[in-house]
Amino acid sequence: MKIYNGGKILLGLIIFGALFASPFYLNMGKVSAKPELKIDTPEIQKLEDKKCVEPKEFMRAEHMQILNSWRDAVVRNGDREQIIISGHKYEKSLQNGCMKCHSNKKDFCDKCHNYMAVKPYCWDCHIAPKEKKS
Amino acid sequence: MSMNRREFLKIAGISTIAGIGGTALAGGLRKGVLEAAQAAPNTDALTEKRWGIAIDMSKLKSEESIKRVTEACHRIHNVPDFSNTKDEVKWIWTETFEHSFPGQEHKFMAEDMKHKPFLLLCNHCDNPACVRVCPTKATFKRSDGIVMQDMHRCIGCRFCMAACPFGARSFNYKNPRLAKNLQEYMNPEFPTRTIGVVEKCTFCYERLAKGLKPACVEESNGALVFGDLDDPASEIRKILASKHTIRRKPELGTEPNIYYITGGNDYAVVPEIR
Amino acid sequence: MLEKALSGSKKYWTWIFILLVFIGIGTVNYLRQFQTGLTITGLSRDVSWGLYIGQFTFLVGVAASGVMLVLPYYLHNFKQFAKITILGEFLAVSAVIMCMLFIFVDMGQPMRVMNILLYPTPNSVMFWDAMVLSGYLALNIIIGWVVLGSDRKGIAPPKWVKPIIYLSIAWAPLIHTVTAFLYAGIPGRHFWLTAIMAARFLASAFSGGPALLIILALIIRKTTKFDPGKEAIQTLGKIVTYFMITNVFFLGLEFFTAFYSNIPGHMHPFKYLFAGLDGHAKLVPLMWTSVILAIASIALLIFPAVRRNESTLAIASAMVFISLWIDKGFGLIIGGFVPNMFEKVTEYWPTMPETLITIGVWAAGFLVLTILYKIAITVREETAGVEIEH
Repeated sequence: MKIYNGGKILLGLIIFGALFASPFYLNMGKVSAKPELKIDTPEIQKLEDKKCVEPKEFMRAEHMQILNSWRDAVVRNGDREQIIISGHKYEKSLQNGCMKCHSNKKDFCDKCHNYMAVKPYCWDCHIAPKEKKS
Repeated sequence: MSMNRREFLKIAGISTIAGIGGTALAGGLRKGVLEAAQAAPNTDALTEKRWGIAIDMSKLKSEESIKRVTEACHRIHNVPDFSNTKDEVKWIWTETFEHSFPGQEHKFMAEDMKHKPFLLLCNHCDNPACVRVCPTKATFKRSDGIVMQDMHRCIGCRFCMAACPFGARSFNYKNPRLAKNLQEYMNPEFPTRTIGVVEKCTFCYERLAKGLKPACVEESNGALVFGDLDDPASEIRKILASKHTIRRKPELGTEPNIYYITGGNDYAVVPEIR
Repeated sequence: MLEKALSGSKKYWTWIFILLVFIGIGTVNYLRQFQTGLTITGLSRDVSWGLYIGQFTFLVGVAASGVMLVLPYYLHNFKQFAKITILGEFLAVSAVIMCMLFIFVDMGQPMRVMNILLYPTPNSVMFWDAMVLSGYLALNIIIGWVVLGSDRKGIAPPKWVKPIIYLSIAWAPLIHTVTAFLYAGIPGRHFWLTAIMAARFLASAFSGGPALLIILALIIRKTTKFDPGKEAIQTLGKIVTYFMITNVFFLGLEFFTAFYSNIPGHMHPFKYLFAGLDGHAKLVPLMWTSVILAIASIALLIFPAVRRNESTLAIASAMVFISLWIDKGFGLIIGGFVPNMFEKVTEYWPTMPETLITIGVWAAGFLVLTILYKIAITVREETAGVEIEH
């Protein structure tokens, strides 16, 4: 059996294979340990009942949905009803709510986002709390 | 655990109701997820049907006093200052009489009246042209009359800038954080904007929610009177009933809600306005 | 049929290569704009739309003008257009693609473009414009492709395409009317607030578009074995003549209302564009070029002898096209923004990157046009001498 344009096809296949597999060999040897998020900020330490607005598992998976719905509630409907957890009031705000406790963006937000290779555009506008350079 | 947005919103909505009525219901609905959630209604907020401002420029006697007003706004809202007209972003600023109210000046008017400064800002119109044209509802009218801008949704088409007859809107031609003033100071309580979105005065919706009046009003020493135009007993309504006031381009039917008290000669003398 | 675009002469590939180079230059500049923002354009707080939106507006007209070939053939059985309706349809396709690209490059947040569909807003004319333009694109792709495919096989096109063709005939004026409504419904921009805006748009579209088609038809005859037909070109010449006269008449109406009424707000943009205002006169030479070309082209076109000579017809068509391109692709937009809402003058002039991006978009449009025309013409060459019946 003869393959027409065999050389060209073979070359094409090699290029395709190389491109297709690029994520594998480009990331080879890079250790990607599961990120450990720090929730020991002074603000959280001060809390009597160290609870977020929702349980940890929920927050980990759905915090972006919460932020989305808060945004629509506050910006679009003017609904700034606060959330009370064990007597502590939380504002429906990334900048003036979440980040008041999680004042360690680098060890909290960024760590996981970098691990997951997502780049949320929150910080294009919202101002992260001041942190010591590490 | 996975949950789509609709499901989440449903539960969030139910939990809000449940939060007011007690947590038992929510706990039963989703065990372990919402048991501790409670909601505190915002009781501080200033909420009215139609906010408006009456501006008496005769009470702002010096250039400094005017500047204090505009800077108070721009500082707390992280408005970038690029010091050029091309990339300029402004929420509140001054124009001379002849440019604030084109067509109202006449040749026999005192020269200095023509050049009197007037504070200009978004008119939060009753029939805003900007809201009518926006293709994504990124700009919309709230029930309290505020014409809001949702920077998260704005696609930067600038149709609203073409439509606004008051030149109240600015576009972020550059990344606002590159502005020198924002590199020196940013209000940590308020966001900046991102590149490519339109922004404007929001009547300090974030301050109203805390029971505070807009920053410009607070800094104005009584020159700016803020109030509910739907309340006949409000101070602003009394002013509008007793003094001669004008609005910008009322003939266009947008029903602007910023009123200017005219008459009297007690104005600031400002040599040149850019 | 796409494979027909893959084999061509050396000239064909050189042309494709040139277009790709301009697309490349445009893309590089666009990436820079994407990074640094629209600050690299000449746009400002006062003149917030410019060359991009002007080109968009002009090209909606070019897209709509395809109907000037489709309508006479399908509604009046004008046989001379039988073989070239496809040129109108494919011109419409590439023009709409350019329109969409121009909107895209003009956006501050292009990644959010889907928000128009996620949050549909019927009170916004721009929402409707997006709807009618995508609809028109789909109609012309379907019609052009199906009809040409049937011609290639020497069979009559399927019956279901007829109603779609009639729909597209009604749709063409609609796209330009909706585009005119973007401007004509805005309070406070005196230059745009005119009831004859849509009528003006249609008149300029139906003269500028066919003028371009004449030039394209002559190029096709010269470079390929397919002759669009002398009689067809002559008829297009008549269409250009009548609509160009209508267009200039409409412009005259605008001048009359502005200056006889003597209302300052209405006069100022005209003064700025044609005489200069408060010492600002950047657009004056350009606008007069447009006026002189418009008058000269009509002076040529009204003589049948001039139209019958295809060289002079080509020159007059080019004059019409350039005149309208200046008037609608530039003056119309800038005139709406100058003077600004404070009766002050801020001038606008496109920057180099902005111009290169604009050329890049045109090149992309011409690439689509070249490929589509190559396919259509190859089919026509292969089936030369065969009578077609749609």
